[in-house]
Amino acid sequence: MNHDSYNDAYIREILNTVKTVAMVGASPQNVRPSYFVFKYLAERGYDMIPINPGQVGKSLLNKPFVASLQEIGRPIDMVDIFRSAEHVMSIVDIILTLNPLPKVAWMQLGVRHDEAAARLEAAGIKVVMNRCPKIEYGRLSSEIQWMGVNSRTLSSKRAPIPTQGMRLSLNRSSVGGGSTAAADRVAQQNNKDKNDTA
Amino acid sequence: MNDRIPGFGTLAVHAGAQPDPTTGARATPIYQTTSFVFNDADHAASLFGLQSFGNIYTRITNPTTAVLEERVAALEGGTAALAVASGHAAQLVAFQQLLQPGDEFIASRKLYGGSINQFSHAFRSFGWNVVWADPDDIPSFERAVTNKTKAIFIESIANPAGSITDIEAVAAVARKAGVPLIVDNTLATPYLIKPIDHGADIVVHSLTKFLGGHGNSLGGIIVDAGTFDWSKDGKYPVLSEPRPEYHGIKLQETFGNFAFAIACRVLGLRDLGPALSPFNAFLIQTGIETLPLRMQRHSDNAKAVAEWLSAHPKVAAVNYSGLSDNRYHALARKYAPKGAGAVFTFSLKGGYDAGVNLVSNLKLFSHLANVGDTRSLVIHPASTTHSQLDDEAKTRSGAGPDVVRLSVGIEDKEDLIADLEQALNA
Repeated sequence: MNHDSYNDAYIREILNTVKTVAMVGASPQNVRPSYFVFKYLAERGYDMIPINPGQVGKSLLNKPFVASLQEIGRPIDMVDIFRSAEHVMSIVDIILTLNPLPKVAWMQLGVRHDEAAARLEAAGIKVVMNRCPKIEYGRLSSEIQWMGVNSRTLSSKRAPIPTQGMRLSLNRSSVGGGSTAAADRVAQQNNKDKNDTA
Repeated sequence: MNDRIPGFGTLAVHAGAQPDPTTGARATPIYQTTSFVFNDADHAASLFGLQSFGNIYTRITNPTTAVLEERVAALEGGTAALAVASGHAAQLVAFQQLLQPGDEFIASRKLYGGSINQFSHAFRSFGWNVVWADPDDIPSFERAVTNKTKAIFIESIANPAGSITDIEAVAAVARKAGVPLIVDNTLATPYLIKPIDHGADIVVHSLTKFLGGHGNSLGGIIVDAGTFDWSKDGKYPVLSEPRPEYHGIKLQETFGNFAFAIACRVLGLRDLGPALSPFNAFLIQTGIETLPLRMQRHSDNAKAVAEWLSAHPKVAAVNYSGLSDNRYHALARKYAPKGAGAVFTFSLKGGYDAGVNLVSNLKLFSHLANVGDTRSLVIHPASTTHSQLDDEAKTRSGAGPDVVRLSVGIEDKEDLIADLEQALNA
């Protein structure tokens, strides 16, 4: 599948159906994105599992750190890969040994690895690359609009009132909104440049 | 596979606005409040640490203003926007994220007189040094580049003479120099020109003009195109280095392709303070709902008035790029095919005195220092908006002593022409 852009229905379906999410590279430092994305998703009801071999014995927001994906000991729906591209292939090797396989492998903003994606997709795993689940959740719920961000969605429907201080539920009805074609073109060019030099 | 992208008119009405989840209010409510309660201490801490989306204080975010921000971002094709108190505030906040004392930026000589003043005096007092270039001589931008250059600034349609800048040519200079191109799109609005499609990295506006459109509210906005890599060479430490005021967060790493808009908000607006009133945000976004209708009418009326003036025996010259004999006509057809905007200048054979007489004899055109109102406006730039420039700079920026500027409104064009006719004959 084309990983240069994703339609909203694809991302929304993933965020609406996954429950258990293992985050590889979760950080205990509260200024790191891999801390506050973990926290944001936990606050929105996802069953979050922090994976970081250097932190075993400690907890992240009352969830004990686990050394590796293989040591979770229960099925997971999604792996959120918070590591740079050079570590992705070895993580994919581990993902493909899991039984049952996760439904989704998600690589964070700035991380793209087309060869890894092809292997995951061949095993029936959905792939998202170079996106942040916090930003996508905030965008599709339109919560991110509070920060003046173009959510690229429009809606004439009153959204369900959510819980826990969120603005709107993810289950809001919307159509596509204002495009960000120039930024998308730059992102594609950067990916192409990275692949050409790799 | 991809979602349908709505047209400009649909975005002008809908982008950013949806029914209020608690009351069902369809128009955007005016959240006329300074502050917002926290759920608990942890929620407060994560908001202050930029770890959650939400509202703290109207100097930083406000839900009414946020609708305006998303709407303009969507219309310009940007990733995010930040609304502020005026167009001048937009420029101040945008440049503060890019320049350190001793740095330089290159600006077109043909700018709104207020911008020329801001760059020449206030910005110089901060150690942000403007270097002027000529938009009719693109190599002059290239020659102005030094290792201190941090940005290039132009207007898409330049005030007051309505000349059109070759945005793509200047964007190419900016790319080669490794600096962002900032385009003031006030006179064009995204209905006529979308600078981001032509290579702009940042767009600024005075919302006071055609976007608000009714001459009732001041405002400004900064749009982040999401196209510039702030971290590639360490030239923009505000965006690429850990921020001490946010416990070491790196803005581009954390916010990706809308990091510049976030920097403008959480550093610039937070610390400098020129916040937009939520009430003004409401009036401006209501104005934007009819932007495509108004802007087309403004442009069509301006063309009719310019054509009529150019045939009048007392008129020496008309500077409107929508006229086929104008030196900018080819650029206007490329960048603004729907119309060349509503602001232009003309000069009278009778010189300065004839200009002054015309202004005082007009009965529908209002004599005032604004553009982009529903009403038709007239001014003599040499004695007002550009009066603080010396004579040479006045002429260079298109505001010579014999020049009269019009901002043509959305009235019936026959009535505007009749008003000009009686004033010219008086």
